[in-house]
Parts: sequence; structure tokens; C-alpha cells
Amino acid sequence: MTQTWRLAEGGSAIDRTHPLGFVYDGRRYEGYAGDTLASALLANGVHLVARSFKYHRPRGIVTAGVEEPSALVQLGVGARSEPNTRATTLELHDGLVAASQNCWPSVRFDAGALANALSPLLPAGFYYKTFKWPPTPKAWLRYEHYIRSAAGMGRAALAPDPDRYEHQYAHCDVLVIGGGVAGLAAARRAAQTGARVIVCQQSPRFGGAAIEGDATIEARPAPQWIAETIATLASHPDVRLLPRTTAYGYYDDDLVGAVERVTEDGATTDGMLPRQRMWMVRAKAVVLASGAIERAIAYGNNDLPGTLLARAVFTYVRRYGVRLGTRAVVFTNNDSAYEAALALHESGLEVKAIVDARRDGEVTCAGAALARSAGLRIRAASVIACAHGRQRVARVDVVTRNGGDVSTLDCDLVAVSGGYSPAVHLFSQARGTLHYDPTSASFLPDASPMAIVAAGAVNGHGNVERAIANAVAAADAALARAGIANRSSSSAVPGDDDRLRVDSLWAVPPVRGAKCFVDLQNDVTVADVAVANREGYQAVEHLKRYTTLGMGTDQGKTSNVIGLALMSERLGVSLAQVGTTTFRPPYTPVTLGALPGAASGAHVEPTRYSAMHAWHAEQGTRFVNAGLWKRPHSYPRPGESEDDAAAREARNVRANVGVVDVSTLGKIELQGRDVAEFLNRLYINRFDNLTVGRCRYGVMLREDGIVRDDGTTSRLDDTHYLMTTTTANAVAIMQTIERLLQIDWPELAVYATSVTEQWAAAALSGPKSREVLAQLVDIDVTNDAFPFLAVTICNLRTSTGSLPARLFRMSYSGELAYEIHVPSSRGRAMWEAVLDAGAPFGIMPYGTEAMNTLRVEKGHVVIGAEIDGRTTAGDLGMERLVNPNKWCIGKPLLARPALNAPDRWQLVGLTAMRGAHIPRGAKLVADPDHALPNPMLGHVTSFCDSPHAGASIALALLSSGRARRGETLWAVSPLADAKIEVTIGPSVFVDPEGTRLRG
Amino acid sequence: MMLIPCPWCGSRNQIEFTYGGDAGVRRPAPDAPESAWIDYVYVRDNPCGPLDELWYHGAGCRSWFTVRRDTRTHAILASAPAGGSLTDDPSADVR
Ligand SMILES: [Zn+2]
Repeated sequence: MTQTWRLAEGGSAIDRTHPLGFVYDGRRYEGYAGDTLASALLANGVHLVARSFKYHRPRGIVTAGVEEPSALVQLGVGARSEPNTRATTLELHDGLVAASQNCWPSVRFDAGALANALSPLLPAGFYYKTFKWPPTPKAWLRYEHYIRSAAGMGRAALAPDPDRYEHQYAHCDVLVIGGGVAGLAAARRAAQTGARVIVCQQSPRFGGAAIEGDATIEARPAPQWIAETIATLASHPDVRLLPRTTAYGYYDDDLVGAVERVTEDGATTDGMLPRQRMWMVRAKAVVLASGAIERAIAYGNNDLPGTLLARAVFTYVRRYGVRLGTRAVVFTNNDSAYEAALALHESGLEVKAIVDARRDGEVTCAGAALARSAGLRIRAASVIACAHGRQRVARVDVVTRNGGDVSTLDCDLVAVSGGYSPAVHLFSQARGTLHYDPTSASFLPDASPMAIVAAGAVNGHGNVERAIANAVAAADAALARAGIANRSSSSAVPGDDDRLRVDSLWAVPPVRGAKCFVDLQNDVTVADVAVANREGYQAVEHLKRYTTLGMGTDQGKTSNVIGLALMSERLGVSLAQVGTTTFRPPYTPVTLGALPGAASGAHVEPTRYSAMHAWHAEQGTRFVNAGLWKRPHSYPRPGESEDDAAAREARNVRANVGVVDVSTLGKIELQGRDVAEFLNRLYINRFDNLTVGRCRYGVMLREDGIVRDDGTTSRLDDTHYLMTTTTANAVAIMQTIERLLQIDWPELAVYATSVTEQWAAAALSGPKSREVLAQLVDIDVTNDAFPFLAVTICNLRTSTGSLPARLFRMSYSGELAYEIHVPSSRGRAMWEAVLDAGAPFGIMPYGTEAMNTLRVEKGHVVIGAEIDGRTTAGDLGMERLVNPNKWCIGKPLLARPALNAPDRWQLVGLTAMRGAHIPRGAKLVADPDHALPNPMLGHVTSFCDSPHAGASIALALLSSGRARRGETLWAVSPLADAKIEVTIGPSVFVDPEGTRLRG
Repeated sequence: MMLIPCPWCGSRNQIEFTYGGDAGVRRPAPDAPESAWIDYVYVRDNPCGPLDELWYHGAGCRSWFTVRRDTRTHAILASAPAGGSLTDDPSADVR
């Protein structure tokens, strides 16, 4: 037997010819297409679906929408499992699997419910107090495990998200947020002008609350008006209707973020469609027709399953055809609940009483008349003081507001309405101000400096026809703002008669021993608000954080205003003075996968490949990341380890010849009359005396005098230079050059172009490199004809013909070396030509690991290790490069005493003693066994096992380092549990005189 | 996400741009005293209201230009090419 609590007929959303099977907490159930998980569970009589966050109290389904505080479920299994899914918005599909969360072993028998008995020990501000007393963080360490496991909100999947998400940018004249009747009316008005309109509606169906209502709109029944209006909108080519799309955030310059649920939540999708689509809508104007959200009234045990908001009761009866129980009590402070009472009565429930907090003379609405004529009993000037029951409400105590006439009514359903809170969230995010309206007991939109106009129920309209007039006016205002049309219409600000009158009853007087809940999701009670007040947390943002009011995944949609009102009563000030907490995005939770969209995994950022990448890959090399670039680590031979390969490659460079791909270096072409002057201002050393056909190493500083970047710059012609930068800084240096030329020194005739991508580059290095090069080029490469730091253009012989190339004689390894640059399209031809020509000389390609070994041996500094954002040229032993006769960026502040102190950390070389290995990240100390904290004298910046030195060597920054040469210190790494004795020496381990590279 | 009005390309999403700080800061003369350089490198106003600032259209035309932005609201009041005047350039594309 399934769906025993489904009404025999009715339910505007469900398709009774299309049954669906689903599993909840391991049991199989049946529902219908069009159901939500919540409506299907209720149709099967399942009211108890959750345990509360803090006290593990039984909880049921409270609402029928996104505002649901209690019915959060763990959806799906495995990698698709998703916690905190609202059962009230989750569309049922065949095979859906969901489970209750925050309970063990089951929702019916939950061991954590002990927390309810212990609740005096878990007062408001529990977390704060845990930190404050006892005054030691150990208290938190002791409790944390228990608290964390007891207070849970479901579990995130551990496997990567298997689903696809995508982003879509859209532009329109008018974005209408909310597809209820106000939204539809506004969209229709805007579409009539030919404007580009987007309408997003968070639920599957347009029409909102009016679909099931009995209202008449423009002389038609509401459902007919809705259908006709949707058809009209759909016929406009420039109108886009987006159902299942929630606008969750309002950002600068009227950018609205919205998430469209394209395929079923939790359903396996193997097709082309993404699971969700993130819309970023840049609208010229926005109509916010987001409606209003019903709230409860706090009374004793108002959290028992079977307690629903009145609007949700109406929705479950009319939209989903659910029989919610057998005996109901309705509790309200306004007219709106009478609709629910009548719907319950029509659906066959016994409505025991309508408990109305208002005086008899105030209960005059049409609904009340209908209720009376249907024989329903209205108990005016009365409230529910307390409910009773274990896992479902069983009876309620009704008292008059003056405290007399207690009576108990048996019931298994309570429908509550405490009035409506307009969904002003996005209006507030758009910096719109709010005002408190005592008539409707709600905060209503005032004005926003952004292009947003509120329409309909969010403005407090409680009457459909007047809400539509308001929406038309809002559309006109939006069209004017968008510059589309300038039609005048009445502003349709709601008058007193247009608004739902709500008695400002927020909570009934407390009953001993029964908790009155304000925030069901975070278990915040009326008493907690009193505690916050007593302890001085009276400002709304303090109240929120101290009690966690409104800090759950529902962000207090049904509860915040109640908490604020209770605080205002205790402070004796108006709710307007208390104000609201800040409304922040997202309006409803956004799946993390939707935020990056397709930008996940390998698509998080672009990947840059050198022109020789395919060749490297063919060798089976492992690539390492260098910024966005992929660079080959080494080229191991069969059976050879990566470390052995790198050592072999490095040895071969010193003994024979090697070639390495250096295409990733930043390359910037500079042309113009004033390039020399520009370079003089940019680098610490001179460039105005660099002759054509020569290159020079230069160092750049930041404005504060700290070293920023280094590289060589070549003079290719009178007014034509090629600058190289480090791989890491290529983009930033280009940006700086643009800024200097455009903003600071526009008078300089210099034009800069980044050509990093345009040139493939290889460094040919080793004592036999000249012999290899002689096989390749059509110029004389003898030392006299092409000396150290020479630059020229030549032709390179390749298997497919001659290739123009730029040739540079420069060295990073410390050996005789050259760099060959060719257009990227010919990079591989050049690379293979070099390897072919070098084969007789024992050439080997080498990767970044060998390159690092060679440069550490030579004492070359790199960005991120030695150039670490703190070092000066002097620290790096390059003070002689600072030209004393010219100004450059960073120079004026170089003279500051702290940058010239004798105990500056200076670049030194370390050699490990007795065959030990210097550990990564080691600190330099005088005594490795010194009591902690051990005074640190410096640290290792780069290290390698040097084939050349036959030892583990390192570069280090060391306090007064140059004066310590010859001393021994200790390199210690507590993480590696290593203490290595090292000797301090010069930073250059190989050929300090530089004869090799000049030879 | 703000729309930044590039004087050359028109309004574009903020992700195409890099922020360049206070446009009123000028590098001192080479022989200026150290205190002037300290001010230049380290000291910035933090106005609550309109601020003239530099932006760089790195994912577009590579231009640096000046924008007058209200730091309280992100409202952009004017924009002008480098060297142009924010007040004398009515053609600037400003929302
Ligand atoms: Zn531009």
C-alpha cells in the first residue's frame, strides 16, 4: 500500500498517470510526476524526516518551498551524494534515493536526542563560552570531536563531482526575477515594447502561489490568465523564460547571478546536458517580483512534526493532492490562513478550530465568513500556548490572550501563519533600503540606487489585481531605466487596503518545560534571544552570531524577523530601530560545482606548451608546472630513475654538450628612439652603452628597492632591443612596461610587444657546443668572430631547409653556451636539427632538474628562491651592478639603513659535510641542539646533489653571510628530522673566474 | 562584478582589467629627498568617496587609463585615457 495519504482527486502539479518509485531511508515509496520529495513523503504519511541540528529533536516538513528550515535530506549516493537538499524543492524522479541526516542510528531512534535532555548545558553562545572558559584552547580540543559529530548537517561526497556544469552570460533590457503573477505581468508589459526580457522562476512552473488560488485576474480564472500570459511571452522572440532558475545574487552594475537546474537533482545524466547552468545576467534594469515568505509564530513545542506553515498546507492540498492528517488546528494572526483552513476542510480533514490571535471584531475577512458558514469554529483572541506529542503533534493547548480559558484540542496537524516576510533579499543586496511597515508587520523595499524595481508581493501587496497593477508600474519604471520606453503609469504603491494586515504577535508567553523555537534549522529558541539580550548581544548582527539565528542553510527565511522582533520587544524599541541583518548572496545555497562551471580540473587555468612539447612528450618525460607552462623534468633512459637521469644530463653538459628548451622565458621586443634611456631607468645597470650585436644581463628593482626580476637584454639594431624576463614574471613585467610608457613617461618613444609565444628557444650548453653550432649555422662562430655576449641573426640548417634564427652567446649553466631563437612554428625543426648535429658530440637533452643543478653550481639566483621579495642586489652579491651615475626605479630607497645593515641575509654557498644531504627548506643555526626557539641565522634557498662538486650543495641566505665564509653551521629541518653540518663558502661552485663561458 | 569603462573599448567586465591604484600618485624627481620617496612608495590616501584611480585593460587593448570611482558604491563617475582629463572628456563612456 502506498500513497495512502493522497487525496482521491486534485493536485494541480501531479500527473496521476505517471507514478514514480523512490527510496527514502532505505524504504521504497511511490509518488507521482510533479511531486517534490516532500509532497511524495507526505502522501505516504511520512512527516518525521529530520533531527534538529543541536538538540536532535524530531522534525517534519514545515514549508513547500526554498525557505524550508527542517526537511533537509542527504540526496543520492556515492560521488553524486549531496547534503542539505531541501525535500520541499527537490523534484521527484524515478529511482531517487534520499536519506535523513543528522541522526543515528535512525531518524525515529536517534541517540543524539540525549542532547535535548542536556539542553541546559548547551545554551546560546555555547561556542563563545567554550572558548572563554576554561581559559585554554585545550577545552575546545577536548569537546570539539563530540560537538562536531553530534551537530551535523549531512555529509559532503568525498569523490570528485561527476556532473558537468556550465556558465552562460546573458544580456537583456529587463530581467524579471520571479515568475509569479506579478513577474509575468511585468514581463508581459516589458515584452510589449519589444524589449529583450528574461524571466527566471525558481520552481518548475510559472504562476507562483496563484496557480492553485481561486483568484480572478483580468476577468479570467487565475490558472487561465497564467497559461495565456506564458503563451504570450513565449511567442515573443526576445523573451527568454527560465524555469527552475534561482537568481541568487545581485552584484555591481546590475549583474545578477542565477542557477538553472537543467537536469534532475541527483539523477545520473550521461547526455550532453549539464546538471546546472550558471547564468550571469547583465540587465539594464531588473524587476524584482520575488514574492513573500510566510513565517511562523513561536509557541511551546512548535517544532513537532505535523506543524506546517499555513501556505504550505494549502499548497500540499491543492497542488499535490495530499491529505495531511485527520484532525487539524489552524493558528494565525492574519487573514491568509483561512484559505488553508478551508482547503483542509474541503480535503476531508476535521478542522477542530481556527485559533486567531486577533480580537473577534478584527476577524472580518471573506475567508472567515466562508469558514463560519462551513461550520468551522473560530477562536478569536486566542493562541496556541503549547503543543504536545512525541514524534508527531498529538494535541495543543489553546488559551485566550488574556491567559484564561485553557482547552486542549486533539490534532495531528497544525497550520500556522505569523504573516509574511517579503523576499527583499536581492533588493537589499542591490543596496536598496527597507522600511518597517507595522500594518503588515514586515520590512518593505524603499529605494535602491541600482537599476532594480520591486513589484508585487515583495512590495507588501496582498491583493492579486493590485499586485499586477504594481508590477505593470514596476515594468514601466524598469523600461525607463533601461532607456527603452518612457510610459507613465501610477506607481501603485500599496495602500493600507492592499496589504495583508498582520497582528504583530511573534511568540506566545512561554510555558514551563516547552521550548519555543524561533529558528528551527539552528535550534534557536525564544529563551536564547532573551539570553543574548541579557548578556549584551543586542545589536542584530551580534544577536545573529551569538545565537546563530538565521545562520543555517535557510538563512532564516522563516525565522529572522521573529528573532529581531523579540529583541526589539525586550529592548523596548520599535522593530524599525532594530533593523535587519545584512542580506548576502546566495539567496539559496548554490552547488559548488556551478560556481566554477567548466573551469575545473585541467580547465581551471590555461596550459601553455612550448613548440617542442610534443617531442618532449614522445620521450616519455614527466612535465613539471612552471607557472602555466609545462616543462620537461628530465629524460630518463629505460631503467633509469629521474634523479639519475638529471645527474647524467648535468654531467654531460659539463663534459660534452646538452640542449634545453628555454622557450618559456618572457620575451619583450622594444623598439623606438628612446629604448636605451628607458632601459637605463628600468635596470640597475647601464644599457645606453650596449652596442648593436651585444647583450647584457640586467637586474630590475621594485619601487622600494627590492630585486624584482632579472634577464638579458640584447640590442638587435639601433632602435630595436629584445628583453628577456623570468618565466614567472613575464606578464607582470610587460604590464609594468605598459604603465611606465603610458602613464609615467609618455614622452619616451618606446614601443613594447610581448613575443614570448612567437619564439621557440633552446640553450645549447657545454664545452662542445661551439662544435655543434658550427655544424648548424652559416656564420663564423669562433671566439673572435662571435664572442661571449654576442648576438646575431643567422641561418640554421635543418632537415627541411634553411631557417632564420636569432643566435645569442650567453650562459646559464656556466659552460660555453648559446641560445637559439626561431619562430615558434619552426621550434621542433630547430630542436631536432640541434640534436642531429650534436649526436656525434654526445649531445643529450636536459630538463629543468639538470638545469637547476647547473645553475645552483654556478650560483645563479632565481625568482621565488633567492629573489624572494626581500633581497636587495647587495644581498645577492650584485651590488657592483648598481650603476652609481644614473637613476633607476627602486634606487632612491636603496640607501635606507635597514637595507644596508651588516647583518643582512646574504647569498652564500653551502657544502654538506661527510656525504650528508642538505634537506629541503632547512634552517641555518649555530647549535642544532639549542633549546627552542633556536635562533635562526638563515635558510637554504636552493639545493642539489652536485655532480660537479661531488657533494650535496645549496645556496642559502645567511645573516652576515659573506663574513662567515669558512665557518661551519648546521642546516636543520625538524620536519625531515635532519641536522646536517655544512660549511659556508662562496655562492659560485664552478669556474668562479668565468673562463669556461668566455673560452 | 563591476563594469569598467575603457575609453577605447567601452564598458567591459572587471575580470578583463587589473587595478593600478591611486592615479594621483606621481613619482618624485630623481633627486627628491628620501621622505618624498617613502610617501610615494608607502603612503596612500584611503578616501571615502570619489577616487581617481588607474586601471589596465590587460585582456583587451592593453591600455592604462584613469577612472573616477566612488569607493562607497563602486559607481564610476568618469573615465579618461592616460593623460586625458576626467572632467574635460565628456566623450568618455560612462554608465
Ligand atoms: Zn580597452
